[in-house]
Parts: sequence; C-alpha cells; structure tokens
Amino acid sequence: MNFKMNTEQENMLHDISVVDFVTVEMAEYLDTHPMDREAMEYFNHYMRMKNQMMRDYANKYGPLSLSVADNSCKEWKWALQPMPWEGGC
Amino acid sequence: MWNYEKRLQYPVKITQPNAKLAQVIISQFGGPDGELAASMRYLSQRYTMPFNVAGLLTDIGTEELAHMEMISAIVYQLTKDLSMDEIESYGFDKYYVDHTLALWPQSAGGVPFNSCFFQSKGDAITDLTEDMAAEQKARSTYDNILRLIHDQEICDPIRFLRAREIVHFQRFGEANREDCSELV
Repeated sequence: MNFKMNTEQENMLHDISVVDFVTVEMAEYLDTHPMDREAMEYFNHYMRMKNQMMRDYANKYGPLSLSVADNSCKEWKWALQPMPWEGGC
Repeated sequence: MWNYEKRLQYPVKITQPNAKLAQVIISQFGGPDGELAASMRYLSQRYTMPFNVAGLLTDIGTEELAHMEMISAIVYQLTKDLSMDEIESYGFDKYYVDHTLALWPQSAGGVPFNSCFFQSKGDAITDLTEDMAAEQKARSTYDNILRLIHDQEICDPIRFLRAREIVHFQRFGEANREDCSELV
C-alpha cells in the first residue's frame, strides 16, 4: 500500500525533518554542554519553529503526533495517517 | 515514557526490491552492532549513571529507536511484494520459511538478537567506554554496508546513520571525561 503525497505535503514533511534534526542534534550537544546559553537560544528558536510547523502540517494533512491531534473532528485523524515506512516520508 | 511521531527521522524511499541486500542490512536491526542493541544498551545503562549522563543516554537511546525504525523501513521496502521466484533466487527462502516477509531482529548471518551483544555494568567509566566503542563498531558496519551496496536509494539513508554514529561517539567522549559530574 503506497500513500501518494503532493509536492507541498512532501516539502512540509521535509522541512519538519530538517528542523527536527537541529533540535535532536542541539539537545544531545546541550546534554554535555548544559551551560552554553548560545546553544540554548539556538535550540529554543528551532523548537518553536518545529512546533509551529507540526501544527501547520496537522491542520492541512493530519497529525504527525498525538500532541497536535485535533479532537474536534468527526473522525480520529491520527489513526488515518499512513505509517512512515510505506515510503510517504 | 515516550511519544511517537509518525514520520521517519530521515526519509527512506526504495523503489527497487532486493532481498539479497536486505539480508545484509538486517544486521543493523538485530545484529551485534545494530540499532536495537544500541538503543537497549543506552536505555538499560542509564538508571545507574550520574543523572546528567543518564539524560544523554536517554536522548541518544531514543534516537537509536528512530534509527532502528529507519533500518526496518529499508529492510521492509527491499522485501515488499517479492515473488516466490525472487525469494528463491535471492537466497531469501531460509528467512522466508520462518518469518514470511515480517521483520525479525537477527544478524546478516542469521544469528538471533541477543542481549549479550551489549553490557550494562553499573560503572560510569566502564559503560561510557563501551558506548564509545559501540558507536565505532556501528560506524564500521555502515562502512562495510557502503562497500557492499552502491544503490543511491539505499546508500543515502545509510550515510545519514553512519554520520550519527560519529556524533554520538563525540558526545559519549565528552561525558566520559574524568569529572563527568561537572559538565559545562
């Protein structure tokens, strides 16, 4: 089963991956450099950006995490999202 | 506790199934230097670590779960929709008879996943030194995979995973300094 995505959706998913990668990399760096304020500001900037992008993606294409799952709809959109190993992202 | 995001850490999009290559790559799922062993190593060791090192082990152990998912996605996509002829000609029949096309953690040589692949010793210096070696062993395995496989669809995510081993080696080295209770 393959889930076809349009280009805009693929681009949004790509951008989320890029910004998320920055937060993962910075979190691990900060774990061994917890007093680096410049790194903390960098992390905060990209984490805010990721949170906004996750909300924007959820509004258009459905939630990628339960924290942005919209419970005001008739259907449980979280369960309707394709699994990522199907080649969608 | 954990939260799941329904996306891969780095994209895996393989269009050409190849069960021969899947049998090599599955080692980084359930083999001795694979991502499952990496994740279980760090997530098991962290309880008896100094609290600041426990935080690093948690974050890296969590990232290793995302890497295990990427490796699983590669194996899954390489073995999807195989015909019986392909299963036999790729030498995939021995795996197929036990697991059909499901994912099961084993090494390339067919050895099942085993927690003896890693140690959890309760000594910060011992465990962090093992963790540094583990990252290099995984990096060597990815180097070997890149010598065996030249398909760009496969090599691209493998190169991403290889690079992460080097970063994690660096982080464990920083945590393994003599005075790891005073990280700055």
